[in-house]
Amino acid sequence: MHPAIIFRILGILLMVFSIALIPPIVVSLIYQDSALNAFLSALGITFATGAVFWFPVRHRRQELRTRDGFVVTALFWMVLALSGSLPLMLAESPGLSFTDAFFESLSGWTTTGATVITGLDDLPHSILFYRQLLQWLGGMGIIVLAVAILPMLGIGGMQLYRTETPGPMKDNKLTPRITETAKTLWYIYLALTIACAIGFYLAGMNLFDAICHAFSTVAIGGFSTHDASIGYFDSGPIESVAIFFMIISAFNFALHFYTWRFRSIKHYFADAEVRTLLGVLFIAGIVTFVTLVTSNSYEPNEALRFGIFELVSIATTTGFAAADFSLWPVFLPFLLFFLAFMGGCAGSTGGGLKVIRVLLIYKQGGREMKRLIHPNAIIPIRIGGRPIDDRVVEAVWGFFSVYLILYLIMTILLLATGLDFVTAFSAVGACINNLGPGLGDVSAHYGEINDFAKWVLSFAMLLGRLEIFTLLVLFTPAFWRQ
Amino acid sequence: MKIIILGAGQVGGTLAEHLATEGNDITVVDTDGPRLKELQNRLDIRTVLGKASFPNVLRQAGGDDADMLVAVTNSDEVNMIACQVAHSLFKTPTKISRIRAQDYTQYKEMFGNTGIPVDVFISPEQLVTNYIKRLLEFPGALQVLDFANAKAKLVGVKAYYGGPLVGQELRYLREHLRSGVDTRVAAIYRKGQAIMPQANTVIEADDEVFFIAAKKDIRTVMAELRRSEAPYKRVIIAGGGNIGARLAQVLEPFYSVKLIDHNLKRCMRLSEKVKSKTIILNGSVTDKELLLEANIENTDVFCALTNDDEVNVMSSMLAKQLGARKVMTLINKAEYVDLVQGEGIDIAISPSLTTIGSLLTHVRRGDVANVHSLRRGAAEAIEAIAHGDKTTSKVVGRRLDEIALPEGTTIGAIVRDEQVKIAHGDVVIESDDHVILFVLDKKRIPDVERLFQVELGFF
Repeated sequence: MHPAIIFRILGILLMVFSIALIPPIVVSLIYQDSALNAFLSALGITFATGAVFWFPVRHRRQELRTRDGFVVTALFWMVLALSGSLPLMLAESPGLSFTDAFFESLSGWTTTGATVITGLDDLPHSILFYRQLLQWLGGMGIIVLAVAILPMLGIGGMQLYRTETPGPMKDNKLTPRITETAKTLWYIYLALTIACAIGFYLAGMNLFDAICHAFSTVAIGGFSTHDASIGYFDSGPIESVAIFFMIISAFNFALHFYTWRFRSIKHYFADAEVRTLLGVLFIAGIVTFVTLVTSNSYEPNEALRFGIFELVSIATTTGFAAADFSLWPVFLPFLLFFLAFMGGCAGSTGGGLKVIRVLLIYKQGGREMKRLIHPNAIIPIRIGGRPIDDRVVEAVWGFFSVYLILYLIMTILLLATGLDFVTAFSAVGACINNLGPGLGDVSAHYGEINDFAKWVLSFAMLLGRLEIFTLLVLFTPAFWRQ
Repeated sequence: MKIIILGAGQVGGTLAEHLATEGNDITVVDTDGPRLKELQNRLDIRTVLGKASFPNVLRQAGGDDADMLVAVTNSDEVNMIACQVAHSLFKTPTKISRIRAQDYTQYKEMFGNTGIPVDVFISPEQLVTNYIKRLLEFPGALQVLDFANAKAKLVGVKAYYGGPLVGQELRYLREHLRSGVDTRVAAIYRKGQAIMPQANTVIEADDEVFFIAAKKDIRTVMAELRRSEAPYKRVIIAGGGNIGARLAQVLEPFYSVKLIDHNLKRCMRLSEKVKSKTIILNGSVTDKELLLEANIENTDVFCALTNDDEVNVMSSMLAKQLGARKVMTLINKAEYVDLVQGEGIDIAISPSLTTIGSLLTHVRRGDVANVHSLRRGAAEAIEAIAHGDKTTSKVVGRRLDEIALPEGTTIGAIVRDEQVKIAHGDVVIESDDHVILFVLDKKRIPDVERLFQVELGFF
C-alpha cells in the first residue's frame, strides 16, 4: 500500500474532474437560472480538495500496484459522489439534505437512475443538465475516462482499468495499449451519444431534452428531466429511438469497435452474449404483449408500444418509464424486474449480473447434468464455440454467491427499517443492478424512504457498479495486512 | 510503432518489456497461457494465445497493420514460417527472426525477398559468444561493445585504487595519455547512480566508468583506471551447450581451453568437433575434484555457460573460491544479474540484454547502425548515421558543441570512413558519419532519434 501515490492520483483525478462542473455552469448562464453560485462553489471546493490531496505528495512517483488500484477506484467513486452532491445541496432548488444529495449523486455516477427528487420539471435547467451529465460520465466509467486522458497513469492505468471494467474477463484489450483502448471506448461512447441526441431531436424533443436524454440513454442510466420520464413526451418515435439506443448500449463496446474497424455488422449476430440478450428480449416481449392484451390492460397497439418499451428499459437496467409497469397485471412486474438481474453484456454500460455471467452459470448447470449421464466425460464450457477457462467459471460462481449473500443482508437491513417486503426486495435489486425504479413504494422515486435505507442503497449502487469485488476486497483483513 | 512479438520466452518477454515502456504498441503471441497472463499483468501490452505461425493468430494479433514482426519462438521453423506468413498475407515491412541452427544460417542466399522473407536474423548464441570473446580480449573490462565494425569500442570498467587517473579530474586524462591515444568518458556510475561526466568530474575508486576509444587504444586507457592486468591465457568453459561449444571453437586458436560437460554423449561429439588442443572433460561442473583436476587454481577465466542459472552461479562461486582469477557467469534471469555481480562473480552475462540491442537497432527511427542496451536497459549506446546537409539535418555541418543534445546524452566518438575521431567540441560532423552516443536515460531516446532525422521540405 502506498498512501502517497494513492493521494497523488486521487488529487489529480479530483482536480481534473472538477472540469465536469463547467458545462452546467455554461447551461446556468444560458438559462440565467438560480444554481450558478452553487456550481461555482462546488467547482472551487472540488478543485481545492484535489489540490490539497495532491500538493504535499506531488513529487512522489511510484508504480501503482494491484492493491492500490482497488483503493484508488473505490475511494475515487466515493469522493466523486461526495463532490457530486455539493451542487445539489448548495442550490436553493432542489436544496437536498446531505443524505439525499449523496444518494442522488451516486445514483447518477453509477447510472442507477434512482431519484429522490420530485418536481423535476420545476428545477433549474443547470441542475437537470448536471444530473444527466453525471450519468453520462459514470456510464463508460470515470476511471476509463481518466486512463484515456491522463497518460501519467502509465501501467498503473491498467490496474485501475481492471477494477472498473464490467464482466468476468477483465484482461481483454481492444488495442495493445491501455490508453488507446480507453480512448477508443470513449470515442465510441461519444459517437453513440451524438447519434442518440440527433435521433431524439429529430423525433421531436427540444435540443436541451434531446442532449439530456441522450446522456442517460447511452449510459443506460435512466434519469430524466421530467417527473413522468419518457412518458412526458407521449411519443412513439421518441420511444423507438430510446429502445434502439438502449439495446445498442447494452452490447459489448468491443463489438462496436469491430463495426468501426472492419465496417461490418455480422459479428453482432455471431456474438453469444448478443444472441442471448436479443433472444431473451424477444421471448419476454411476446410474453409481455400476450399478457397485456389478454388481461385487457391495453389495446393491442398500446400493449405492443408500452410493453416493448418498458421491457427494454427495465431489462437493460435503464429505468425509463413510459407507463408504470409496477401496476401491470399478475407476474409482469416481477418478470421485468428479474430480467434486470441479467442486465447488459460485459463491457457495456448496462448493469446487472451481465449476460455472460448468466450464460456461464446456465451452461455450468447443463454441464453438471451431462456429467450425471457421462460421469467420465471431459466437458469444456464453450461460449460462441470457444472453450472458457474453468477459472473464469469459478470466479463467476464466486461472484454470484457473494452477490446473493449481500442481496439478502441488505434486504434484511431494509426490512429492519420498517419497509415492506416488496419495497425492500425491489429497492435493493434496483440499486445493486443499477436499474433505478423498483416496485412498491419505490416504483416512482425514493424520496419517501428513511435515511438509513438510503445509505444502504447507496452502498448497493456502488457495489453493483464496481461489480462487488472491487469494493468488497477493501473490507477483507487480508487486504490491509502488510 | 506497432510490433508483434512471437514467443514470450526470455528474449520475447524482455523485448516486450523494453519496447512497451517506450510507448510502442506491443502484441505478444505464445502458446503458454499462464506466461502470457503474467506478462500482461506486468506490462501494458496485448497478448494473443495461439500458435505463432498460424495466419489467423497473426491476424488476431494485429498483423494487418503491424510495422514489425519479431519471431523469437523456440522453433526456428515456426519463426521462419511466421515471417513467410507475415510477408505473404500482411506485407509486414520488417521481419526479424531468431534462427539458431547454423545449418540454416550458413546459406544466406536462402533468405531475402526471393527466398524466406526474413529481413534480419539474430542468433542469441552467436551474440553471446561474441560478447564473451570481446570480454576475454580486454582483461578487467566489465563490458566491451563494438561500434562501426569493431573500429571503435565502448568499454565499461571498474576504477580501482592504483589507477593513475583515480582521484583526478577528468581533464587530466588527456594530458596523461601519450600523444596519438585519445578517449572520451561517456558515463560514470557511482553507487548505481549515473553522473554526467564534466571536465572537472573526479573519478573515484569503485566508479563504473564507460569510455569510448579506438580499438588499439583500449588497453592504454584501461591502464589509466586500474592496474593493468596480464592477458588471459587459460580458460575453462563449464557447459558444452550451444554457447559453450561455439565459444570453445572460437577461442581455441588463441587460448588454452578446457570444456566441462556432464553429458558423455555430448562430450564425445564435442571432442570430435574441436581441435586436439582443447580438452573436453566429462563430469559435473560443480564437482570440486574435477575442477581441481582441471587445474582451476591456475586458470585465468572460468566461464559458466550451462542453461541452468543456479548451477552457473554455484559453480562460479566454487571456481572463484578454488582460485580462478576471473569468473564469468551466464544468467538468464535478469533479476539475478545485479544480485550476483560483484558478489564473488566478476561478470554476469545476461543473454536477453545482449540480444536486445541488436533488435532495438531495427526499432529505432532514423538510420541506426547499432544499439547496445546497458545497465539492465536503463541506458543505451547508439550508433547513428548522420545524413543530409546543414539545412536539412540538425547535426551535419555543425561543431559538436553547437549541437543541442538532449539532457543526459553524450557524443563519444565519430567514425568517418576508417577513422575514429574522439568527440571534442571542435569536431564538425559530416554527412555519412557514424556518431556514437551514450544516452543515460532511455526517456530521451525519442529526442535523439529526432536529432538524426533528415527534415524534408528544404530543397
